[in-house]
Amino acid sequence: MTADDVVAEIDDGMTVGIGGWASRRKPMALVKALLRSDRKDLTIVSYGGPDVGMLCASGKARKVVYGFVSMDTIPLEPHFRIARQTAAIDAVELDEGMFQWGLYAAALRLPFLPTRAGLRSDVMAINSQLRTVISPYDDGEELVAVPAIDLDVALVHLNRADARGNTQFLGPDLYFDDLFCMAAARRFVSCERVVATDEFAAAGSIHTLRIHRGLVDGVVEAPGGARFTSCVPDYDRDENLQAEYAATAGDPDAYGRFMERYLNE
Amino acid sequence: MSDATRAEMCVAACAEAFRGDGEILASAMGVIPMLGARLARATFARDLLISDGEATLLDEDGVAEGWIPFRTVFDTLWAGRRHVMMGASQIDRFGNQNIACIGDWQKPKAQLLGVRGAPGNTINHATSYWVPNHSPRVFVDRVDFVSGIGWDRGAAEIRVVVSNLGVFDFDTPDNAMRLRWFHPDVTVEEIAAATGFPLSVEDASETPSPGDEALRVLREVLDPSDTRDAA
Repeated sequence: MTADDVVAEIDDGMTVGIGGWASRRKPMALVKALLRSDRKDLTIVSYGGPDVGMLCASGKARKVVYGFVSMDTIPLEPHFRIARQTAAIDAVELDEGMFQWGLYAAALRLPFLPTRAGLRSDVMAINSQLRTVISPYDDGEELVAVPAIDLDVALVHLNRADARGNTQFLGPDLYFDDLFCMAAARRFVSCERVVATDEFAAAGSIHTLRIHRGLVDGVVEAPGGARFTSCVPDYDRDENLQAEYAATAGDPDAYGRFMERYLNE
Repeated sequence: MSDATRAEMCVAACAEAFRGDGEILASAMGVIPMLGARLARATFARDLLISDGEATLLDEDGVAEGWIPFRTVFDTLWAGRRHVMMGASQIDRFGNQNIACIGDWQKPKAQLLGVRGAPGNTINHATSYWVPNHSPRVFVDRVDFVSGIGWDRGAAEIRVVVSNLGVFDFDTPDNAMRLRWFHPDVTVEEIAAATGFPLSVEDASETPSPGDEALRVLREVLDPSDTRDAA
């Protein structure tokens, strides 16, 4: 399928989980298609990078669920900062591990998972939805009950896939892309290259085939589909393009010109 | 061996934070803390596990010795087998730390990183901080948003704060911050003036010199291109 076919599966107001981490292996080809569309009022769930910044700056995101939003070499995502500082979006801020637990709870069809992460921090103070539970055992410990983060759609970008939706990651870290797929009702993967199933073995060990077709509803072949974020070993981050993007924050005309080019490259 | 620079004093002070940690994951954010963790392992804390900042554990010779993707980092930190040295945009006298935002969280004056893993780190395992620019805007009476929890909120352990001016611990009856070491050419008065809360200074002494062997390892082995003084 195409990136636009994926967007056709997304409705206004849906909760969209986006894989990758900060400015690493983000499904930018799919995010671009979303940015070109007229979708609105989305809830974005992401270990955030420029995906979040763009969806905020372009007015697609109504709400963002995040533990951080960063572009690694540019630690603070400037477009996201503006969105927060003007209160243009609703924010749900979680500890990184709470975020993982929320996806995992959704993946396992549990209402919540318990953890100590978050206790007595201001993450609890700002979020009236968050509750604690008391251990039913003798320890009686109070723990945060991280609610499931159910996703309507998951978008992830991986190195290789076959036509049936089996995928392969070749970089050092899958991040939480499998959990995004497991937590979502509909799962779409873009990849650098669609290959025959019997080509996987030559590219990497069995352990790289972590997200199989049972977790994937559609595959889009998108060479360079993570750009300007990194997609090692296929390519590193394009630091110049990222810096150019960052420099447009606060200047709608410059942002518009940048996006005109970026969305059509 | 010539005298240590300020950056080298700070690296050695960061290294000292990891003394006695044993075979746990040492996670250090930034050039100075990372050099500190590696210096500790090269000299007196040989069992420390240190990653390349991505997903590979590298031994002291730079050889891959393990795989530690973010998910495994989370498992390790929830198991308590980690000591992190993070940054702090704000920190108070009990070690409550803020990296989330300045001003009211609902509509912040300045959005920063977000809480990242700070809440989970601080409640699960030893945490230290590195502050490159010690000022009353960082060492505050009250942080705007508690990201990492301090001693008064039940932190597992806030061990030390290393700044460009000195080293601070919480070895006091109420776990309030005190000055342990002031770096050479820094006065106690200067530190007190740059700190936005009352600081116990009675037990303070000058930061000990790293010693010739540590300096040699730092200069010749760990950081021959001298990234530390530019950091």
